[in-house]
Amino acid sequence: MQTAIEVTDLTVAYRDTPVLWDVDISVPRGVLMAIVGPNGAGKTTLIKAMLGLVRAAAGRTLIEGKPYAEQRRLVGYVPQRGSVDWDFPASVLDVVMMGRYGELGWFRRPGRRERELAFEALQKVKMQDFADRQISQLSGGQQQRVFLARALVQDARVYVMDEPFAGVDAVTERAIVTLLQELRSAGKTVVVVHHDLQTTPEYFDWVTLLNVRTIASGPVNEVFTEENLRKTYGSRVGFVAGIDSGLASAPGHQRAPGSRSIVNSIERI
Amino acid sequence: MEMIVMLFSDYTLRSIALGAAGLGIVSGILGCFAVLRRQALLGDAMSHAALPGIVLAFMLTGSRAPLTLTLGAAIAGWLGALAVLTIVRMSRIKEDSAFGIVLSVFFALGMVLLTMLQRSGQGGQAGLNTYLFGQAAALITSDVITITVLGAIVLVLLALFWKEFQLLSFDPEYAASLGYPVRILDVLLTSLIVMAIVIGLQLVGVVLMSAMLVAPAVAARQWTNRLSTMALLAGSFGAVAGVVGAVISATGRGLSTGPVIVVCISFVVLVSLLVAPGRGLLWEWLHHQVNQRRFASERHK
Repeated sequence: MQTAIEVTDLTVAYRDTPVLWDVDISVPRGVLMAIVGPNGAGKTTLIKAMLGLVRAAAGRTLIEGKPYAEQRRLVGYVPQRGSVDWDFPASVLDVVMMGRYGELGWFRRPGRRERELAFEALQKVKMQDFADRQISQLSGGQQQRVFLARALVQDARVYVMDEPFAGVDAVTERAIVTLLQELRSAGKTVVVVHHDLQTTPEYFDWVTLLNVRTIASGPVNEVFTEENLRKTYGSRVGFVAGIDSGLASAPGHQRAPGSRSIVNSIERI
Repeated sequence: MEMIVMLFSDYTLRSIALGAAGLGIVSGILGCFAVLRRQALLGDAMSHAALPGIVLAFMLTGSRAPLTLTLGAAIAGWLGALAVLTIVRMSRIKEDSAFGIVLSVFFALGMVLLTMLQRSGQGGQAGLNTYLFGQAAALITSDVITITVLGAIVLVLLALFWKEFQLLSFDPEYAASLGYPVRILDVLLTSLIVMAIVIGLQLVGVVLMSAMLVAPAVAARQWTNRLSTMALLAGSFGAVAGVVGAVISATGRGLSTGPVIVVCISFVVLVSLLVAPGRGLLWEWLHHQVNQRRFASERHK
């Protein structure tokens, strides 16, 4: 299996506090990977550091074997939708066309070809009817799909997404998952910052558990275990599992169902 | 009516109108980016910061040439902007406080220098305090040429980097992920805003110049959802307010131009806030009434 993303010894600090410490991750090509961890674990910082948006104190990231700076064309980034002002004067199509700006380069304006590509990308996220809509009139789920379309129009090989499921309804979440799985089927590598442990094993086939350090990283069925989740979420899980009829200490528990009930108890907090 | 005839026949009035129109177009268009990037305060800080630059430029060179003073204003304005950015980055002081500090420190320094100059009795200082609130009547042909040339440079650069500035204003992080040198683009756009400010200082003055940047853009945003249309509208609003204000000020009894222009553009803003379709307050109220009526009648069916 070839490696799509190789993160080595990545350390990021804000002032004196390390936000990421010595993170190593290796993502094979063609997987759908979730990055999970508690609040403040550095999930967003990790993907921003991978893309060079946050300065790393140490470490490096290789995309398909070369530094990110040389491989930008291969990477499509989907930031958190709350990171921009949606009252900006632009239409849905205008925003999606921004995905072509890297390819266009300096001084060239988007033209008919860019409009066509943007419209195709909107069809993939089922937003084609909204092409001329002003972006301030979109719902949260629609905003998210516009951001996805903007990344799709880049026709990247690696996609990096920051919480695409945050604040979207169940129908949109389904639609996004289907889209992500289609991307994987097309041989793309997709890395997603994810918050919902419950759906992690269902949606993803690869997972990185992060809490400042990498706790574990690998196939979901090997890595997404009760023990690793406890290491990632710390005392909170222990505490909850403790009152939850001594689940954690129950000897004969199988790994998969065990992790599922831990997940349930975390969800219930 | 008489005034319109004069506008085309009177030489002084014509150059004033031309200068004010040029300034209005440039500051209106650049102002759109300042407003959309939430940098309205930056404009205010930079224009106040320009005052010591103007006075120092005069003290050092002894020249009142518009280009010399404009250069001094630009350098000082730039230092002001840089000071704000440095304070925010190096200390725990928040952006709004940093703007407040820089604005008042630079402006105070400018006023001290200006009064020193007055005391020392250098007759040549005459005209420098028109930079406080602007004086359209003092505008001469060489000033108009300076405004036009600098304004043209600003607009050409803006047109060249339009796509990049649009992306930078909407989503700088995404721009960085595409490989654009966001820091350099940021410096370039801020420099263009500084230029737009300094070319208006003689006409509008340092105290109210930021209104020429912010007000046309705010008014224009009410009428459109497209960036290009917004820029064109803001430029037109700025030009109209500039010409009307400058002409009133020049023909009136020695009124300072800045305040008159600002009153004109404020009127445009007021009308836009009230009646613009879609975003206007009046429009929203009507829309609300119609909806209420409709829902009420549907419930009773």
